[in-house]
Amino acid sequence: MNKNHVICAVFAAAMVVSPIFLNLYWVDVLNNIGLYAILGLSLNFILGHTGLFHMGHAAFFAVGAYVTAVLNTTLGSPILWLVPVSGIAAAIFAAVVARPIIHLRGDYLLIVTIGIVEIVRIALVNNIFGLTGGANGIFGISRPDFFGFTIRRPTHFFYYIWLFLAVSVYLFRKLEDSRFGRALNYIKEDELAAEGNGINTGHYKLVAFVLGAFWAGMAGNIYASKMTIISPQSFTFWESVLYFTIVILGGSGSIPGVILGAFLIAGLPEVFREFASARMLIFGAAMVAMMIFRPSGILAPIPRKYKLGRWRKKEALR
Amino acid sequence: MSLLHVSGLSKSFGGLMAVNDVGFELDEGTVMGMIGPNGAGKTTVFNLITGNYRPDVGEINFEEKSLVGMPTYKIVSRGIARTFQTIRLFPNMPVIENALAGCHSRMRSGVFASMFRTPNQRKEEQENLDRALKELEFVGLAAQAENKAKNLSYGNQRLLEIARALASEPRLIILDEPAGGMNAQETADLVRLIGEIKGRGITVLLIEHDMSLVMRICEQIVVLEHGALIAQGNPEEVQKNPRVVEAYLGMDED
Amino acid sequence: MELFFQQLTNGLAVGGIYALIALGYTMVYGVLKLINFAHGDLFTIGAYLGLTLLTAMGLTDKLGLGVGILALAVMVMGLVAVVGVVLERVAYKPLRNADRLAAVVSALGASIFFQNAVMLIYGAKFRVYPHNILPKMAVNILGLEIPLIRIIILAASIVLMIALYLFVQKTKTGTAIRASAIDQGAAKLMGVNVNRVISIVFIIGPALGGVAGVMVGMYYGQINFTMGWMYGLKAFIAAILGGIGNIPGAMIGGLLLGVIEAMGAAYISIAWKDAIAFFVLILILIVRPTGLLGERVAEKV
Repeated sequence: MNKNHVICAVFAAAMVVSPIFLNLYWVDVLNNIGLYAILGLSLNFILGHTGLFHMGHAAFFAVGAYVTAVLNTTLGSPILWLVPVSGIAAAIFAAVVARPIIHLRGDYLLIVTIGIVEIVRIALVNNIFGLTGGANGIFGISRPDFFGFTIRRPTHFFYYIWLFLAVSVYLFRKLEDSRFGRALNYIKEDELAAEGNGINTGHYKLVAFVLGAFWAGMAGNIYASKMTIISPQSFTFWESVLYFTIVILGGSGSIPGVILGAFLIAGLPEVFREFASARMLIFGAAMVAMMIFRPSGILAPIPRKYKLGRWRKKEALR
Repeated sequence: MSLLHVSGLSKSFGGLMAVNDVGFELDEGTVMGMIGPNGAGKTTVFNLITGNYRPDVGEINFEEKSLVGMPTYKIVSRGIARTFQTIRLFPNMPVIENALAGCHSRMRSGVFASMFRTPNQRKEEQENLDRALKELEFVGLAAQAENKAKNLSYGNQRLLEIARALASEPRLIILDEPAGGMNAQETADLVRLIGEIKGRGITVLLIEHDMSLVMRICEQIVVLEHGALIAQGNPEEVQKNPRVVEAYLGMDED
Repeated sequence: MELFFQQLTNGLAVGGIYALIALGYTMVYGVLKLINFAHGDLFTIGAYLGLTLLTAMGLTDKLGLGVGILALAVMVMGLVAVVGVVLERVAYKPLRNADRLAAVVSALGASIFFQNAVMLIYGAKFRVYPHNILPKMAVNILGLEIPLIRIIILAASIVLMIALYLFVQKTKTGTAIRASAIDQGAAKLMGVNVNRVISIVFIIGPALGGVAGVMVGMYYGQINFTMGWMYGLKAFIAAILGGIGNIPGAMIGGLLLGVIEAMGAAYISIAWKDAIAFFVLILILIVRPTGLLGERVAEKV
């Protein structure tokens, strides 16, 4: 048990008991932080690990949320069944949309991803396929039903969201610390060198997008069932900017960094409610300052550990 | 046996003919050097072989199969590895991860296997870690495994690139100016290292400006000038070739 | 047919505005390889400064309509240029040698800062340009009643574009700008003061963007603190359409995008008007990524 494990344990313990001490307003704030953290972590694979300038992540979130909303309100499909369905829908959307743009130069990719989220938003507002309810969105989305127990109150959602987050963190950590995670980082560090070492960069970039979209789609389901009403306003470019900022400021490629970022981006404004208007001003200035003084973000990624012990022992025996 | 067959290779950029009708055979197990004045087109030939550029015309056959039009990562899995003239390591990643990059093409685990830590995945990770360490040991960098690549000395960075290339278990390794920036001692070590690579049965193709290294280690030499092949043969023949002497007129040989 | 020509002239006028903004993007991108996200907000600042100068200072009352508007344009250009230079010094200069991503995030932060600064100062509601100064009449050309304001805007844009083109092609500074866009390192070695070039680019670009803001205020009559976002994005797409870093390209891209958008809104669907620019972007990046007239940026090999 090293220092990091202790911090993790303390944090987890604090989170588990927090609903006892907080009023419902703040529990809901933590729910939002949790959702932003899930979205940030999903974007982290694309932006933090692979270095792809992706500012359209809200589009994947939207696809997941709307697939859930439509299937639930028109077919009555249960929410929890729709969790993987929303994820897959968003993943398919990402696969289709990212394929043609995956080889674009960084800045161009950025603009195109902005275009994607804007087109999705406009399509939603224009009630595409007659399904999305236009600017008013869709209402009457059910709550998740877990073997007869309806997840309804903020406290219920708290445990639901943070459990989802914990499982995601666990799986993502395993993924980071593997051949796949390394490949993404090689691409970010030097794409040409990565290709020159046998890494199919186009494939991995696409998989990063699809993976991130899958998780964002699932987050969309959770969001839809929590709010019971969704509308295009929640899925704008500026939302994408928030996720982007969470990753970049919190720490690119860093799971604890992204979670910290979510606390800062979604939590701090709540703390500074009175200064609402000046909030964004300071936010903008803070972004500029961060890039000048600490561009890699606040927290560093957790390094991968290699069991060199076996080999070292061999060496010592020589 | 001919491992690499190049013939009629040409490539122009805009109006400039960078490679002009170049052809040569590289036999398995040999060490071949490509020399020529700056701008002669040597790195371009390498980039054509590794798929970074597409030739305008010409054949590039590796083990009898054509490489033309194949993406670089596939060429690597076919068994050709390379180092870069300007050193392209992954600077912020530790030495061991740089070496593991070479292993990537010999591994299979994808997203699911990695997330859920299947037994195959764990076995594969351990095997490749061992292999990466073995290559680091081979070039003498094993003790630095956890250092960030950017913290290595220049000479060691070059060695790390070689270790990374070897980790992909290549049949042919292409070295672009491996002695660049090395002092006399490091160069001598490099000569020995290349000999050991040959000893492992790997074919070596290299670009070098350091003539003493080239003449010592290469069994075959091709000479390029202005994109065209002007001479080919063993070191003795090439040294005596008047066209080669003329191309290098005024250049210092150490 | 009438609809066609009305939309054509409308599209050209709006396109001229896009072109002026696009020039700012393309010049900065050409020299610094940076998408100046805050550029759209400089355009917004121009619009609001114009409003202040007109209403608070009664510029046109004091100087008369023609001279007043001219003075307005010049003053706005100057003021926005100052903001542009300050922006460059504070948010971009420290990051010149840093990762591209850092510069992009900084630009985004600057954009958020400016946008909210405008909101705090002027309020979140739409603001209206004074009606009395805007020419209401229409001119009869070939049987069509075309609003005079449309022609003035288009003419003004074209004049500015020609002026810029001549500046960039014929003057020493202009050549220095072009050289820096192609290869900054080589330009430096040839004695070009690249810092000065960057400052000049951040004077001209924002100035043009600022005056475009005034034009929008006069053409549409109302302005809002978020307008820079859409205009900026579309102008950047126009710059890509023409070929990023390419100055004539930005001009043609802007005009072309304006017309395509106007035609699309009239003949396809007005609800999807804003999406048209993005479809154009995707099309251009798939079919001809270097743009219509070709890129003018250094490529790192």
